[in-house]
Amino acid sequence: MKILVTVKRTPQRDSRINVASGGTLAMESIEFEINPFDELAVEEAIRLKESRGAEVVVVTVGGEVCRRQLLSAMAMGPDRAIRVDAGEALDSLQIAKCLAEVARREAPDLVLSGKLAIDDEGAQIPAMLAALLGWPQANQASKIELSPDGKVAEVVCEVDAGLETVEVTLPALVTADLRLNEPRYASLPGIMKAKKKPMEVIPFDEIPDSGATRSAVIGYRALPPKPPGRSLGGVDELVEILSEKKLI
Amino acid sequence: MSDVLTVMGPLLRPVSNSDLAAVGFGESLAARSGGALDILILGPTTEDNERALVHLGVRNVYLLRHADLESYTAEAYASAVVAFVKDHRYQVIGAVSSSSAREFFPRTAAMLDVPMASDVFAVESLEPERAVFTHAVFVGNLLAAVELRGPMSLATCRASEFQAPKRVEQVSPVRRVTVSEALGHERKRFVAASRTQSARPELTEAEIVVSAGRGIKGPDEGLPLVEKLADIFGAAVGATRAVVDAGWMPNEYQVGQTGKVVAPQLYLAIGLSGAIQHVSGMRSSRTIVAINKDPEAPIFDVADYGLVMDLFEAVPELIQAIGGARH
Repeated sequence: MKILVTVKRTPQRDSRINVASGGTLAMESIEFEINPFDELAVEEAIRLKESRGAEVVVVTVGGEVCRRQLLSAMAMGPDRAIRVDAGEALDSLQIAKCLAEVARREAPDLVLSGKLAIDDEGAQIPAMLAALLGWPQANQASKIELSPDGKVAEVVCEVDAGLETVEVTLPALVTADLRLNEPRYASLPGIMKAKKKPMEVIPFDEIPDSGATRSAVIGYRALPPKPPGRSLGGVDELVEILSEKKLI
Repeated sequence: MSDVLTVMGPLLRPVSNSDLAAVGFGESLAARSGGALDILILGPTTEDNERALVHLGVRNVYLLRHADLESYTAEAYASAVVAFVKDHRYQVIGAVSSSSAREFFPRTAAMLDVPMASDVFAVESLEPERAVFTHAVFVGNLLAAVELRGPMSLATCRASEFQAPKRVEQVSPVRRVTVSEALGHERKRFVAASRTQSARPELTEAEIVVSAGRGIKGPDEGLPLVEKLADIFGAAVGATRAVVDAGWMPNEYQVGQTGKVVAPQLYLAIGLSGAIQHVSGMRSSRTIVAINKDPEAPIFDVADYGLVMDLFEAVPELIQAIGGARH
């Protein structure tokens, strides 16, 4: 089977990003990594590869700077990488269209994605990609089980009401949630091997019907600062405050 | 073309504050565009819910029933919206952020080939061909103004940031719509849903939330204390990722980037450190009280009131002090 995993280059988790003058982001000292949710998707693909054999291809949409994240992803075990060479100004539907073109060329059985990217938190692209391909999808997976013949996936999804189990017949798209697995650290041999793995670049002008950019961030601002809280001396004081506020 | 549609469903449970917030979001959009607001309920609902939704001052309440919408799948719900808007024109189609809207709304946007905004905090402006929404980014640390261009767009809203519309005496007409084509995807099947039964209020609807962090030590150690405190308050119980990952509580109790966004009158954070992923799900709470023995815990940066104390001493004392006051 063939698995395509979408990855995004995002600021390192827990980086503190500030707003510069003019409402832009101050990104000078920020380090980047693979979006943590996409890392879960990569891990899941490698586990499927190890347990039943599969070719795993990682794909991203972005400039030359994304090479490093593709290398880190391949160091975990995937076989090769594809980068659609595009600028940063694309909107989520355009990125989904780039990924759909890659999926059409590669014809994978399964596309795995993170459930959201920790930078813009839009959580739009995977569902858009599934729609563009006309494929079924399963969102926020905490467990993926493939049938012995590899044709059907039973997916446990984390939903607001608890857990929901759905069945998708491949080809299908599944997004990874936190409890799907625990991503491995790349080994040193893995990192060395990744450098020799193929990395294909698809020029953006090869993407058919990518359309106009119709969604863009026009400015960032910080949240209004919160006044410092009050430190309480003991439970008595807390009870007093709760009664004052008529919460008890 | 300046009309607005609020989509909801399936609605077998009673209409919630989150559903009403979605109507409030639609109302604020229609007020800016000068158009009318309609509600579209996908799938099964109850007569009580119909009665609740016809008193919100909207132009029409549409009910779309279809064999493929009886149990929710993203594929069928997206196809239903696409089929519905073939005969109706809207400038913005909105819904409340939820695990289902997170999957079927972007799917709908791609099928309609229109842009979308996720988890909107506020509407900055709405003009023909252009909408600007505020949306939180970087784990809720920053706000971004997102501009969408074109005659139609989709948007999900954050329930805690929008108010339910005022109830009006006037009754909106209920219109049943039918779609003859199949809506489901032949390669997708709903298998089963499982949820933990609880007599406590729904996490996203509760006035008071008592949340437990790793400090509770385990399901038999601190959890009973947290639950007892919640019951005295008539509160919902929440949890951090660590507590859910450890298997001490089910996933639907998790508050944060993964999990639910809550904004109750009172949020009691018990033995939780306050990782930004958790804070992004409870930051908008009216009053935040934190109890943690570690004075350096970041939860104290967002708490209105902080008590540096071991929860195994503080919570029993609190239960004793307020137990009498409540009963």
